[in-house]
Amino acid sequence: MELESSHPPIVSIRNLSKSYRRGNQVIPVLSGISFDIARGEFLALMGPSGSGKSTLLNLIAGIDSADQGTIEIGGVEISRLSENELAHWRALSVGFIFQFYNLIPVLTAFENVELPLLLTPLKRAERREHVVAALSVVGLSDRMDHYPGQLSGGQQQRVAIARAIVTDPDILVADEPTGDLDRASAEEILLLMDRLVHSSNKTIIMVTHDPRAAEKAHLIRHLEKGELSET
Amino acid sequence: MFFLKYILRNLFRHRLRSILTVVGVAVAVLAFGLLRTLVGLWYSGAEHASATRLITRNAISLIFPLPVSYLERIRAVPGVTEVSYGNWFGGIYIDEKHFFANHAVEPKSYLDLYPEFVLSPKEKNDFLLDRKSCIVGARLAKTYGWKIGDLINLKGTIFPGQWEFVLRGIYHGAERSTEERVLLFHWDYLNESVRKTTPLRADQVGFYIIGVKSPDKTSEVALTVDSLFKNSLAETLTETEKAFHLSFVSMTEAIMVAIQVVSYMVIAIIMVVAANTMAMTARERIGEYATLKTLGFKSGHLAFLVFGESIALSLLGGILGAVLTFPASRWIEVELAQYFPYFSVSKETLALEVLSALLVGVVSGIFPTWRGATIRIADGLRRIG
Repeated sequence: MELESSHPPIVSIRNLSKSYRRGNQVIPVLSGISFDIARGEFLALMGPSGSGKSTLLNLIAGIDSADQGTIEIGGVEISRLSENELAHWRALSVGFIFQFYNLIPVLTAFENVELPLLLTPLKRAERREHVVAALSVVGLSDRMDHYPGQLSGGQQQRVAIARAIVTDPDILVADEPTGDLDRASAEEILLLMDRLVHSSNKTIIMVTHDPRAAEKAHLIRHLEKGELSET
Repeated sequence: MFFLKYILRNLFRHRLRSILTVVGVAVAVLAFGLLRTLVGLWYSGAEHASATRLITRNAISLIFPLPVSYLERIRAVPGVTEVSYGNWFGGIYIDEKHFFANHAVEPKSYLDLYPEFVLSPKEKNDFLLDRKSCIVGARLAKTYGWKIGDLINLKGTIFPGQWEFVLRGIYHGAERSTEERVLLFHWDYLNESVRKTTPLRADQVGFYIIGVKSPDKTSEVALTVDSLFKNSLAETLTETEKAFHLSFVSMTEAIMVAIQVVSYMVIAIIMVVAANTMAMTARERIGEYATLKTLGFKSGHLAFLVFGESIALSLLGGILGAVLTFPASRWIEVELAQYFPYFSVSKETLALEVLSALLVGVVSGIFPTWRGATIRIADGLRRIG
């Protein structure tokens, strides 16, 4: 099942399978999945709980490993990378947006956004420049010294988005990014993500249960019992 | 720099828990330091003993006396510079609770052999001239508010009766470790009284103190002295002052070993407590560690964070405990002067205190560090929410 697109694919998945073990029992989660995602695409992955959508997202983001199949992202076959190489690749190539923001509570918004840059050779002044730019993209320049606990849920998620884009990765992966937000905040976040796709040509892969969130995506794929059932 | 900042902020994230852990480590380190000091003090008499003094006593036991007539024969041994003698008097002041050592000694030779007992020339002269007089250490005088000219009454136990002495001098120790809680009086005064009351016990001494020219002569002199009285009714055992002190210490060796074991147990217990705190901390932050790993941080970074926090927490407690050792030892020295007249914490003990805190940090950090560094990202992220 391959996406027909005029853009070359940034993500190319072939014959991907993943299962978990519980004691002696093997539980298949994904079986033989193949698809491409074009650069600049905003893809929503939907499906019931346990359908394997978060697992698929984790595999694409390089935070879990497949049993079988290949994942090529931006020309790099990440399934062949070692753990350290994967960590390095993640730091530079993928931005993460989580349902519960996953900000470090003892660090300010500025310091949270700065985190991925600490793994780059950038100097302090250069890092500052990048962080200020990322926080201004999400409209939180005036809150950079606030701790997560001093921000609303929507603002925290915007800080998390700033953290995701601060290294200027090609791909953003978002796991239920609006799942913990009220409708107004969720709308803001979705608009922001949409803006990132259109103005910065980011590729976003979003897992969601929320049909309203999925509507903002260019493309919706459904996962059912580990298989892509509908495009 | 970032990691240090992160560690410091994490340190007091759960303020109460961290403070309690730091205080726990501090108290344990303090107890460890004080117990070690106590053990050290027990051996300090031996450590500060003179290398040129020998003690001669009855070979059977210290409780058996030696004839005073041995004096001239010992004095004639080559290498001997001075000989003094005395008896453990065992007198009680007021009651048994007010214990201090009191000896009947031959005053001139004794003071010559113990230059660390410093008296003014006048006080020394007054003491030597007055057979019913005594001298006491400065700490002892301070404890009971004694002044020169005061009458001191002791109740005899080994030598029954009421004994009255006139205080003619208060000596000061040449060094901080010099014993300043001793009362010394004239052996002649004791012997005269004994001669009247129990003549069979007269002209006998409990010990001889022998001054030797140089430390390398001690064994030769000791052997010669003991050979002089071989096969006599009162054979002698001559040993260095250090060995003499150690023979007393060995009587309480089991207690000292027990105290040492307790000092290590205290550290072991706090190690378990700190390990529990760190394990709890790591468990709570698994989601954060997974997030950091997701962002590209490696296991080494995570290990540094967790281990650094464990070390910082323990070191903070260790340093606090080491600092508290000074006022605590001072307090013991002032308030419990009767038992611990000299309670000074050595540099080695302070270093051991900090090292033991470091050890607590290392051991308590091992499991949480391993856990934090090896967590699977997907598993860790599932813990959030």
